[in-house]
Amino acid sequence: MQPNRIDKGGRIDRSQPLRFRFNGRTYEGFAGDTLASALLANGVLLVGRSFKLHRPRGIVGAGAEEPNAIMQIGTGAEALPNRRATQVSLHDGLVARSTRGWPGLRFDVGAVNNLFSRVFAAGFYYKTFMYPQALWKYYERFIRRSAGFGKAPRKPDPDRYDHRNAHCDVLVAGAGPAGLMAALAAAKSGARVIIADDQPEFGGSLLASSQTIDNKAADEWLDDIVTELAQLDGVTMLNRSVVFGYHDHNFLTIAENRENHVRQRLWRVRARQVILAQGAFERPLVFCNNDRPGVMLASAVSTYINRYAVCPGKRAVVFTNNDSAYQAAIDLHGAGATVSAVVDSRMQGAGELAKAVEQAGIPVFHGHVVTDVTGQKRVSGVRIAKWNGDADSLVENTISIDCDLLAMSGGWNPAVHLHSQSGGKNVWDEELHCFVPGDAVQAEISVGAGIGQWSLSDCLRSGLEAGNEAAMRCDFATAEMVAPLANDAATQALQPLWRVPAAKDPDRCPKQFIDFQNDTSVTDIRLAVREGYRNVEHVKRYTALGFGTDQGKLGNINGMAVLAESLGEQIPAVGTTTFRPPYTPVSFGVCAGESIGDLYDPVRKTAIHEWHQSAGAAFENVGQWHRPWYFPRRGEDLHAAVARECLATRQSVGMLDASTLGKIDVQGKDAVEFLERIYTHNVGKMKNGRCAYGIMLGEDGMVMDDGVMARIGDNRFYLTTTTGGAANVMSWLESWLQTEWPELDVYLTSLTDHYSTIAVAGPNSRRLLQKVGCSIDLANEHFPFMTMQTAELAGVAVQLFRVSFSGELAFEVNVNSNYAQHMWQTLMDAGQEFDITPYGTETMHVLRAEKGFIIVGQDTDGSVTPVDLRMNWLLSRDKDFLGKRSLSRPDCLRDDRKQLVGLLPEDNKTVLPEGTQLIENPSATAPVPMCGHVSSSYMSACLGHPIALALVAGGHSRKDETIYASLADGSAIPVRIVSAVFYDQKNERQND
Amino acid sequence: MLLIKCPWCGERAETEFSCGGEAGITRPANPDSLTDAEWADYLFMRKNPRGAHAELWNHSLGCRRWFGVERDTVTYRIAKTCKLSPGKTD
Ligand SMILES: [Zn+2]
Repeated sequence: MQPNRIDKGGRIDRSQPLRFRFNGRTYEGFAGDTLASALLANGVLLVGRSFKLHRPRGIVGAGAEEPNAIMQIGTGAEALPNRRATQVSLHDGLVARSTRGWPGLRFDVGAVNNLFSRVFAAGFYYKTFMYPQALWKYYERFIRRSAGFGKAPRKPDPDRYDHRNAHCDVLVAGAGPAGLMAALAAAKSGARVIIADDQPEFGGSLLASSQTIDNKAADEWLDDIVTELAQLDGVTMLNRSVVFGYHDHNFLTIAENRENHVRQRLWRVRARQVILAQGAFERPLVFCNNDRPGVMLASAVSTYINRYAVCPGKRAVVFTNNDSAYQAAIDLHGAGATVSAVVDSRMQGAGELAKAVEQAGIPVFHGHVVTDVTGQKRVSGVRIAKWNGDADSLVENTISIDCDLLAMSGGWNPAVHLHSQSGGKNVWDEELHCFVPGDAVQAEISVGAGIGQWSLSDCLRSGLEAGNEAAMRCDFATAEMVAPLANDAATQALQPLWRVPAAKDPDRCPKQFIDFQNDTSVTDIRLAVREGYRNVEHVKRYTALGFGTDQGKLGNINGMAVLAESLGEQIPAVGTTTFRPPYTPVSFGVCAGESIGDLYDPVRKTAIHEWHQSAGAAFENVGQWHRPWYFPRRGEDLHAAVARECLATRQSVGMLDASTLGKIDVQGKDAVEFLERIYTHNVGKMKNGRCAYGIMLGEDGMVMDDGVMARIGDNRFYLTTTTGGAANVMSWLESWLQTEWPELDVYLTSLTDHYSTIAVAGPNSRRLLQKVGCSIDLANEHFPFMTMQTAELAGVAVQLFRVSFSGELAFEVNVNSNYAQHMWQTLMDAGQEFDITPYGTETMHVLRAEKGFIIVGQDTDGSVTPVDLRMNWLLSRDKDFLGKRSLSRPDCLRDDRKQLVGLLPEDNKTVLPEGTQLIENPSATAPVPMCGHVSSSYMSACLGHPIALALVAGGHSRKDETIYASLADGSAIPVRIVSAVFYDQKNERQND
Repeated sequence: MLLIKCPWCGERAETEFSCGGEAGITRPANPDSLTDAEWADYLFMRKNPRGAHAELWNHSLGCRRWFGVERDTVTYRIAKTCKLSPGKTD
C-alpha cells in the first residue's frame, strides 16, 4: 500500500489510516503524517514544476524551509493556496493539488522554457519588459498562467478567524530542546510564559532524534518535559502556531492553526522578554542538477525516517561537508536502504558518527564531491570526483554511482529571521561559517541552534540559561535546575563548500541551483556581477534570489557566498539581508480576523433611523453614518424623488434628519477668547441667543470646517461642525487648548450623539411648529433669522435655531436623542395638512447649491481660502485668528487662484459630472491646460435647468465669460460663469 | 507596535495614540509682525532628525491628553514621556 513506509517506529498512528487525494489520485497515509511524509510514503516524489524553467521538482525539506512542495489545499471557498506540504497535517479527505506545473506535472507546456533557459537568465523579466512594450500583453498572459502559487478562492471564506491580545513575561519562539528548557526554567521561576511552535507536536529536532538525554531516549525525555510544562501555572502552550512577526517594543504576532470553529487565530503578544529558539535550517549543496527530485536535505531524510517512518529511497548517496549528515546515512541504513556511498568533501575525515557508518560497511569517499546528478524526474545516479579543496580545480577520475536518493548537507544556517525582524543585525561567524544573531536590540535572547550550537547538550544548557536570565530580568527568582546532558558525538569541523567546482566552464555546465523556488543558479549570480551589480540587495532583485515565499531559507547564504566569490570579496563584506515579517506566509483571513462584513467598520445610525427605514429611504454612507439619501415613492428613481422633494420644500415644508452634524458645547470663562482665536469672525460681538455662520481655518489659511455656531450665554457656546469633520474639529480644539493655550479656562463636550437635529424648512415651517404647540413666539420680530431660543415643542424641551441651509424660512430643532423619533413622528403627523415631505442628503445638496452654500470637502479640498470662496466678510480685521497670517502669503494673494463661481451649461440641459475639468479653448490640441473643475452639479427642479459650482482660475473677475467643460467622451461644451447664488439672490425667503 | 506610556493612563499600545509631530513648535505671539519666511518657518519647517526626537503625542483613543515623548527615530526606543502642563490638568 505505502511502498516507502517502514514497518515500525515513528510518531505516526498506524491504527488511524487516512485517505487523501493528490492531483486527482487517492492515497493513504496515517494520523501524524504531514502531506509531504504521506506523499513520500506512497513514493510520490515529483510535486511541482519550477517557477521559471518548469523543471520537475521534488520534496527537499521537512519543514518551513521547503521550497518546492507548494500546494493548493482544499477546494471551493475553503481552498488554501500556497501551503507547504511539509507543514500541512494530513487529515481524512484532504484534497491537495500542485500549484505549479500547468496543465499537468508529467507534461508541462512551460517546460519549453527549460530548453531556452539561457534566454531566461538573470534579469530576464526586467530586460524583457523594459523595451518591447507591445509584447507585454503576450508575456503577461504567458507568465501569469505559468507562474503563481495557487489560486485564491473566488467565494467568500466560510471559516472564522479571530484575534487575541495577550501579555506575558517570557515568550519563547520554538519548542525544540532549547526552547523547551527556556520555557521550563522561566515558568518554574513564576514567570508567565507563552511558548509557540509551528509543528503539531512540541519537540523540534527531538521528534526525529535517536539521541539520549540524561540517559533517557529523546522522545521519552520530551514527553516528560512537555507534561511538566503543561502542569505549571501561567504557561500557555501553542502548537501549530508560528511566531511570524517580531515588531517594535517586543510586540510579536503568532498565527495559530486551530481545528475547532475558529480556523486560525492571530495572537498579538506583548512580551517583557523574548527567547528566540527557532533552530537552524540545513544548507543545500550547490552542484550540477542539484534540483532533481530525489535530492533532499540530509536532516529531512532523517526526519522522514525517524519521525514519520518513511524511507524516501532504496539506494542512497550522502553528500556532505560536515558531520551531521552521517546521521542520515546511519538512519537510512537502519531503515533498510542501501547506502552506496558517503561523499565527504573533507580530506581529514569526520568524527564519531563516521565510525558507525564505517562499521555498517558503508563506503566513505573523503576528499570527494558530487559534481552532477543523472535522471530527469527522479535521481538515477550521481557522478563524484576527487577534490583537493581548490576553488575551481577538480582532480581526476569521475566515478558514477547509481542511486535514487541523494541526501545532502552543506552545514547549517541559524534561523535568524526573528532576530533580524526585531532590528538586530546578523554577524558572520568565521568558525561556524554561518550568520549568527548579533547583539539584541530589544529585550530578547537567542539560543540553541539559532546561535550556532550544534550539540544537543549545548542547546539544552543555553535554553536553561536564557530562561533563567529572562526570568531574572522580569524580577523573578530562578529555580535551581541542572542542565540535562545528551550523548553528543564528537565532531570534526565543517569545511566551507559554497559551490562544487564544475567539470567544465561553470557557465556552460548544467545548472547549479541556489534558490530552487525562483530558479536562481550560480550562472545567474555571476551574470549579474558581470553586468555590474555589486550590492547584495540589487543582486537579489535582479536574480530573484530569496524572493520566493520561502524568503530564501535554503538558498540565501549559498547565494551570498557565490556573490562574494564572484566579487572577490569575503562573505561578511557582501553583507546580509534584512528579513521582514512574515517568517512564513500567513493568510489574509487571519490578518483580518473578525473585522469583516458587518464588523469591518462601525456603523452609526441616527435616533430616527428606524423611521427612515420604514419610510423606504434609500441610504448613503457618509463616513460611518448611514444617512437617508432620498425617500423614493413608488416608481421614482433618484432624480424624480429629489425633484419632488426639492419642490415640496420650497413650496410648502420639508424635513431633514440633520442629526449627524457635529455638535460641541463650549463653556468656561475664557470661551469667548478661545473662540475668537479659532473662528475668523468677531465672536465677542455676538449677543446671547445669536447664531453665526463660522469657518475655521488651518494655520495654512485654508478652510478646514464650517458650521453654524451660537452664543447660548455669556460663557457658553454651541458649535456645529460638518458631519465628516466632527471628530477632527474636536481634536483640533483640544490640541490648541492643551498644547498652546493651557491658561485658557475652557471645557469642551461633544454633544453629537446626545442631541438629534431635525431641520424643518419651507414657507410652512413656522405654521407647522405652531401647530404642534411651541412655547415661544415664532414671529419674525420675536424670533428673527440667525437666533436661537430654548423652548418646549409639542411638550418636549428643545433648542430652536432659526437657521437655514436651504435658503427657505427654516428652523432646526435640537432635541434629546431619546425624544428624536417621537418629535419627528409628531411633526410628520401634524405636517400632513401641509403635505410635509421628508428629504434626504441629495435634496439637501441641491437646495444648498441653489443658494451657493458650500460643502467643505466637496467645494473645498484643503487648498481653498475663504477669499477664494468670497467669504471676505467673515474675516475680522480686529483680531488674530488661526490661519490669518497665511492669507497674506504671496501665494494666497495671486489673482489667478481658483475661485468659487457658478456655472450654467449653455445648452441648458447637460448636468456636468462633478470633477469635470474646465478649459479655455475647446479646439486646443492635447495636453490642454485646465483652468478649473466642477465641484458640485445638479439638475435644479426649482429653476428648471442644471446648475453647477466650480473652482475657476481668477473666476471672481470672469463673470459672464464662457469657458468649456471637457467631457469624458472627448467633447467640450460651453458653460457660462455666473454668480454662485442661483436662487433668491436677495435672501428674502430665509428672512421671511 | 510601540508601547507608549501615557503619563495619565500608563503603558498602552500605539494604536490608542496619534502622533502630533515635533514638540516645541510655539505659535508666534504676533504673527502679523513676522516676515513671510519667518511665518513659513513656523508653518512648514520641521527638524526630522535621525536619533533623539522630542515629539507630541495624543492619547486619542484613551484620555485624549497631549503629552511629550522623547523617541529615537532610528531605534524607536522611547527615553521618556512627560505631561505638558502639570499646573492645569492635575
Ligand atoms: Zn491617557
